[in-house]
Amino acid sequence: MKRGQVSSLEAENSGTVGIVMLVHTALDRAKQVARHWAAGGCPVVIHVDRKVPQSEFNRFRSALSETDLISFSRRHRCEWGTWGIVAAALSASEQMLRQHPGVRHVYLASGSCLPLRPVQDLVDYLAARPDTDFIESATTADVPWIVGGLDVERFTLRFPFSWKRHRYLFDRYVDLQRKLRIKRRIPTGLVPHMGSQWWCLTAKTLSAILADPDRPIYDHYFRKVWIPDESYFQTLARLHSAKIESRSLTLSKFDFEGKPHIFYDDHLQLLRRSDCFVARKIWPRADRLYDTFLDSPRGVITGVEPNPGKIDRVFSKAVERRTRGRAGLYMQSRYPHQWAVKDVTANPYSVFQGFSELFQGFDIWLAKTTGARVHGHLFAPDSVEFAGDEPIVNGALSANAKWRDYNPERFLTNLVWNTRGERQCFQFGPQDRQKIVPFIALDPNAQISVISGAWAIPLSRAKGSFSELRRIAAHLQRTEAAQLRILQKHQTKARVRIWTMAEFIEAPMEPLRNILEELGVQGPRHLNEVPKMADLEGFGLFLQNLKNQGMHPYLMGDFPVEHEPSVVPKSPRKTYLVRKT
Amino acid sequence: MGLWQSYRMRIRRKYRLARALRKSRELTSVQDNTKAIRPDDILLVSTMRNEQIRLPYFLEYYRGLGVDHFLFVDNGSTDGTSEYLTGMPDVSVWRTEASYQRAGFGIDWLNYLKRRYAHGHWVLVVDPDEFFIYPFCDTRPIRALTDWLDNSAIRSFSAMLIDVYPKGRVEDAVYQPGQDPLEIAHWFDSGNYTISQNPTYGNLWIQGGPRARMFFADRPKKAPALNKIPLVKWHRKYAYVSSTHALLPRGLNRVFETGGGEKASGALLHAKFLDTFGAKAQEELKRNQHYAESAEYKAYAEVLEDAPELWCKWSERYINWRQLEILGLMSKGNWA
Repeated sequence: MKRGQVSSLEAENSGTVGIVMLVHTALDRAKQVARHWAAGGCPVVIHVDRKVPQSEFNRFRSALSETDLISFSRRHRCEWGTWGIVAAALSASEQMLRQHPGVRHVYLASGSCLPLRPVQDLVDYLAARPDTDFIESATTADVPWIVGGLDVERFTLRFPFSWKRHRYLFDRYVDLQRKLRIKRRIPTGLVPHMGSQWWCLTAKTLSAILADPDRPIYDHYFRKVWIPDESYFQTLARLHSAKIESRSLTLSKFDFEGKPHIFYDDHLQLLRRSDCFVARKIWPRADRLYDTFLDSPRGVITGVEPNPGKIDRVFSKAVERRTRGRAGLYMQSRYPHQWAVKDVTANPYSVFQGFSELFQGFDIWLAKTTGARVHGHLFAPDSVEFAGDEPIVNGALSANAKWRDYNPERFLTNLVWNTRGERQCFQFGPQDRQKIVPFIALDPNAQISVISGAWAIPLSRAKGSFSELRRIAAHLQRTEAAQLRILQKHQTKARVRIWTMAEFIEAPMEPLRNILEELGVQGPRHLNEVPKMADLEGFGLFLQNLKNQGMHPYLMGDFPVEHEPSVVPKSPRKTYLVRKT
Repeated sequence: MGLWQSYRMRIRRKYRLARALRKSRELTSVQDNTKAIRPDDILLVSTMRNEQIRLPYFLEYYRGLGVDHFLFVDNGSTDGTSEYLTGMPDVSVWRTEASYQRAGFGIDWLNYLKRRYAHGHWVLVVDPDEFFIYPFCDTRPIRALTDWLDNSAIRSFSAMLIDVYPKGRVEDAVYQPGQDPLEIAHWFDSGNYTISQNPTYGNLWIQGGPRARMFFADRPKKAPALNKIPLVKWHRKYAYVSSTHALLPRGLNRVFETGGGEKASGALLHAKFLDTFGAKAQEELKRNQHYAESAEYKAYAEVLEDAPELWCKWSERYINWRQLEILGLMSKGNWA
């Protein structure tokens, strides 16, 4: 680098920080910030985007003519993702080092950056680290923030078309190069690195980069690299720097598309807590932020390490909300396809089929034992049996069968969403509306327990013409069989357990224990109370009669004509205790 | 979507714009301050009939959010609406005595005004009883939202209708001019909204809330739609096709995410159920100018006669936008 003649300013500025400021819009704010830096004794070189009209630029320049510390560099046209921004930074840096040879560090900032700590604080901080370059710089393999699928290809393909204005050509040309396997050669000695475009380099490193004899080669190469402002200095600093601290002193948060988050007045406390030196981007109309951080001297912080992690949570949550959202929520701006998400409901819930037929007072027992909310048949043909026969539940969800049948999926997702934090259980059966079954089957939150064929128990005791009973039995069996086929598909994500009725009454304790365990009951081995099984006298005979009438009841398993329940004592029936084993 | 379908949508959009032009002849300018509209201004467009009592607070609310200019269609008010608005430099008024129904429930008029005055502006289309809520609306003006939308290349912003109602009989919620209606009607239904997608325009169709629960318990299909897209960066080629529920081109209706994430969205608090409602329902019933032969108003009149209370024990009391966000009725999406 050419050492310029020693100016009178140099003595004053020696050891200070030079600010290179890239300005595109919101010139008034840029003006305010430039004055702030200059008032703190920092020389400022401003680059104004060539897209800003000349008249506006002239006004801007004359407004800032009051101090020698502020100067303007040659203007380039800056378009996002292109060389112009690097060219702007290069011209302005050259000018900074030429006009203010005494600066020790050069800080690259934008017009929408806002200093959060007193200028002197930054100067002292850097003075204590005179040889350190603060520049985020990582190899392409190690960075997670790349958007749009271009990582190492940023360096090996050519990008002559604008991503913003000619997206189609941009994409097609990338495809073509991939297909033809055209690759650019990376200049020898360069290892591509990437990172935040806002750096703070020592004058030594910066001048070494600017004066590198191979610079024409590098510049030529980077002109066609994609988003060179995130890689030019980041790569070249690795060649010239003695001591790199790979982090940016500028607080900047990015959204899921790689666009910077904007700070508003209500971020004031958050920004304060970050202890960062500079933040971007600030909404130009955030008066309170500008007033607070620029006008009032707050000598409270001195020498504290910046800690952007303190405010990370807020912004990483925003990214997660935009990309994943809240599981089980269906609303005006989140309407996921069932195949697009893992969780289609907000919470685990349990579906019981055949239990309330086989056990008397099953739902009361279950509610008492588990503390869950146990509904009756939520999908009964003409009614919605909410727990306690409530006409309306959380979220003002009505027990209205018409509305439920109008959209059964939303009925269920609403119920589960509205009662987040409380386990829901409900009874189901072949006599209920079946439209919901495929949805439940694909829901990993659903825990479905089926005692197949238990629907026959109430029938076996029903009065009325046997041919009618036979018709109903045949219908229920067909429905349940179809339902079980859906539940047994390999795509099913619900946790499904199916027992035939015969199987279940052979050893009912084990399944009951498992169910309670999954519902989170402490020590379910110790069942103080089990529900009373229905009277099965005559059940075998009833099945035989069905067979005699030409129907084939098979879902309940095999029952002898006179069934002898093996576990349940016949009579007198009373609740029994199972001792802890 | 095939080419044929796209072509049909194009024809439909052109049809709406042609209608807007034809129906514009029904509008007579009462007060034209549109020269005062600056290039960046945020506009609000609304049609109304005999809503003078609501206007003082309505204007205060939206001026407070940062709306720069109001464009109103006064559809035959007899309560001095136009007179009230006269002299306000940020308000332009057109008057018409023509049929609301035959102007596509007012949208032809509004489409015309937007085509003429709102090209390139962010424009909010709301009724006088609707209050726009968006993330951070208590700390950030509406321009912060529109700047952010511009920055994110988003052209339209969704805000579903949430009916707010009083506890007790509707006619006991006596409204005074200038009063914030939420002082007397601040209860809402938080979790009984059902959603499906409209295959024609691609927008979501949301139904539910107290009106569905009380007035349309037996006829879910007839229950009013609550999905709205009231804030749009307008282009003269755009058109609303049915109230503010759907727009053309269809891309503007994609205000929701289908891959699991949440887009940013707001809400329109709908303060319809005040003491003014009974008289309104009677009048609208007589005029028969509303959707589906005013089925809605018929149902209201019938039900409110017997059981005039919308409140139930699961009604939620409105606090602020953050509450609506937590309940899952709106979302900050990507905005932080």
